[in-house]
Amino acid sequence: MQRWIRRAGLAIGLLALQFAVLQAAAAADEYQVVVTDPYLELHTGPGRSYPVFYVIDRGLTVTVLKRRTDWFKVRSDRGKEGWVSRGEILATLGLKGDPLDLQEPSRGDFASRRWEAGVMAGDFGGASVLSLYGAYAVSDSLALELTGSHVLGNFSTGVLGTISLVHTFVPEWRVSPYFTLGTGMIMTSPRTTLVQGPDRSDQIAHVGAGLRGYLTRRFMARIEYRSNVVFTSRDDNEEVDEWKAGFAFFF
Amino acid sequence: MESRIRFFLLTVAMATALPGCALLGYKRENGETPEATVPSPGEQPVIQPEVVRREVVTPKIETENFEVGAFAGILGIEDFGTNTVYGVRLAYHITEDFFVEGAVGQSRAGKTSYESLSGSAPLLVDSERDYRYYTLSAGWNALPGEIFIGRNRAYNTALYLIGGVGSTRFGGDDLFSINAGVGYRLLLTDWTAIHLDFRDHMFDTDLLGTNKTTHNLETHLGLTVFF
Repeated sequence: MQRWIRRAGLAIGLLALQFAVLQAAAAADEYQVVVTDPYLELHTGPGRSYPVFYVIDRGLTVTVLKRRTDWFKVRSDRGKEGWVSRGEILATLGLKGDPLDLQEPSRGDFASRRWEAGVMAGDFGGASVLSLYGAYAVSDSLALELTGSHVLGNFSTGVLGTISLVHTFVPEWRVSPYFTLGTGMIMTSPRTTLVQGPDRSDQIAHVGAGLRGYLTRRFMARIEYRSNVVFTSRDDNEEVDEWKAGFAFFF
Repeated sequence: MESRIRFFLLTVAMATALPGCALLGYKRENGETPEATVPSPGEQPVIQPEVVRREVVTPKIETENFEVGAFAGILGIEDFGTNTVYGVRLAYHITEDFFVEGAVGQSRAGKTSYESLSGSAPLLVDSERDYRYYTLSAGWNALPGEIFIGRNRAYNTALYLIGGVGSTRFGGDDLFSINAGVGYRLLLTDWTAIHLDFRDHMFDTDLLGTNKTTHNLETHLGLTVFF
């Protein structure tokens, strides 16, 4: 136990050191812009509620250091450092007079995304289910998806892993329906407070449909229905309806 | 009814997945560059353009939206006493107001009052007293602000409300859990923060005979770095 804690402490220490090095490396890769609005307001923190403590006049150069959510940390030529909102930083120009291109993901990128990952939660035949998934799109409309789920019921719990083929009908739509078909394994163990039964491992297959909706930047919401069939070793196969809603991002 | 839905969905799958495969080839064809039209050697353009190509620099601005760290504190497990808890957390800041967080934690349950007083056989075996949880939560920075220490020091802070779902492994079972609470984030520098969190982990359990909802209150201090 002690050793475990020591190791964890060491790992965190190393991680912190690595961040310090990364911070130093980031300093070398700076980008300068010229203020074109009458003035640029510097906030004490990355948020609208942090007060403005300094302004930089039009025509002066500032160095953009880093970004957190929609706020940019800048340094003036006099060495003052503060946070500027996205709207204000977009009103600046590069040293050659070129407008600032933040290369932000948009709806166009949503349609042609390659990687997608997210979390979902919902109902699995009366039990609660929590899922993590990752998907790779081989074309705009066809993706291969891996899902890992944790099923938490009153009588049993289970771990479920599936691989599926997901077909999006019209990728350009903001809210776009898709269809999914796949298979996997489910490992079920009964609750310890009930009569002890053996843990089971069964194959599972599903067919389903869902909706993805683009929210903003690289985020989307997702709802899904799956009709699952568990191929049990008993005489009957088990049929389970699964409903989930969640949140995902693409890159 | 259910088999009819499945039959319908399967038919739709067949009808849609196959044209989807055809699109694989379509992308490559589209990516081919058209053949350039080469002027014949005798032809000279009337105007010789003298355009200096402007070099466009796309800025590579470092983003710091992820936050990772460790925490340690105390957890009161209902009926099973209070013990230390420790764990790790990873958060992603979506906007200045909202973030999502995943955390795992571990603690250990003590004895119930009944076990201590009666001196009878323990209710749980040793391994079943391990308490492990994971949570997936969303947070809202409700009160961002500053804290002033002395005349010359100011630190950015935020009081956030946080809640979510997860699973708790306790008494040998995985239990669906809901967590809700409040936290205070104090930024020591732009990229390191101290957290003070109060969280209630709720789940249903029938460990003591009847099914009931338990509240397990956690208080912890944490240290995180942004990257």
